[in-house]
Amino acid sequence: MSRPTLSTIAVGDQLPEVAVQFTRADLVRYAGASGDLNIIHWNERTALAVGLPGVIAHGMLTMGQALNVVTRWTQDPTAVVDYQVRFTRPVVVPDNDEGVTVTFGGKVSAINEDGTVKVDISAVFEEKTVLARSSALVRLS
Amino acid sequence: MALDPANIGKSFVSDQTYLVGREKVREFARAVGEISPLCHDVAAAQAAGYADVVASTTFPIAITLEIVGDFVTDPAVGLDWSRVVHGDQRFAYQRPIVAGDELTVTTVIEDIKAIAGNDMITVRSDLSDAAGAAVAQVWTSLVARGDAA
Repeated sequence: MSRPTLSTIAVGDQLPEVAVQFTRADLVRYAGASGDLNIIHWNERTALAVGLPGVIAHGMLTMGQALNVVTRWTQDPTAVVDYQVRFTRPVVVPDNDEGVTVTFGGKVSAINEDGTVKVDISAVFEEKTVLARSSALVRLS
Repeated sequence: MALDPANIGKSFVSDQTYLVGREKVREFARAVGEISPLCHDVAAAQAAGYADVVASTTFPIAITLEIVGDFVTDPAVGLDWSRVVHGDQRFAYQRPIVAGDELTVTTVIEDIKAIAGNDMITVRSDLSDAAGAAVAQVWTSLVARGDAA
């Protein structure tokens, strides 16, 4: 697949979806990589005690995975010059081998005068959106 | 307890710089599923014009989250971390972060407001390189659930 360029894309283009499995092991791996050791991301007892439905994924893990929709499309992570999200719902990750699946999508929502392209990103877990106002600005040639 | 808006504008320069490590870049990219060779393969990154592997977009949170957490839970600001949830997050880049970069982090409280009994605080961390040039900005908005919530 060739890289997208300003001359090959249009507003409304859908990016290929990326479905990602989240298991407890993925949460532990992200905790170690990021240094975010918040106990609610790996300890069921504590998560329940603070009123959560169970262990939840780091919002920042969801945010990181969501961007793969964009960087697999651009085939270049350095094309991303701005990226923002709002966290609206937790992704609850059960203690089993399968974990849960979050499905990420993207759509070209604007092509700007300065050559940057805005991509709106969606994230769906158990048929509900978990990120709002989520978009990346990418620079294409 | 509501946060005091008088803290808006308060800033803080970390006393230690952050040296971006090649293995940390790779480890973080693996953890968020970023498979681009630019984040893992030194030769591929160099072929694209970078000195070393390139950090994935959300990597700066590994630098800033602890700094921001320490800053806003300091008694002078007074955020109760046990009540905090992550509200919004944004990254803006002037150039990619590359392994070997030695970054200075300056953190400022941009906004404090109360919404429906919850405290919301927005903090911006500015990352600059050894030459003093701006590299990236990281905005983190945290919401602390109020007692009544």
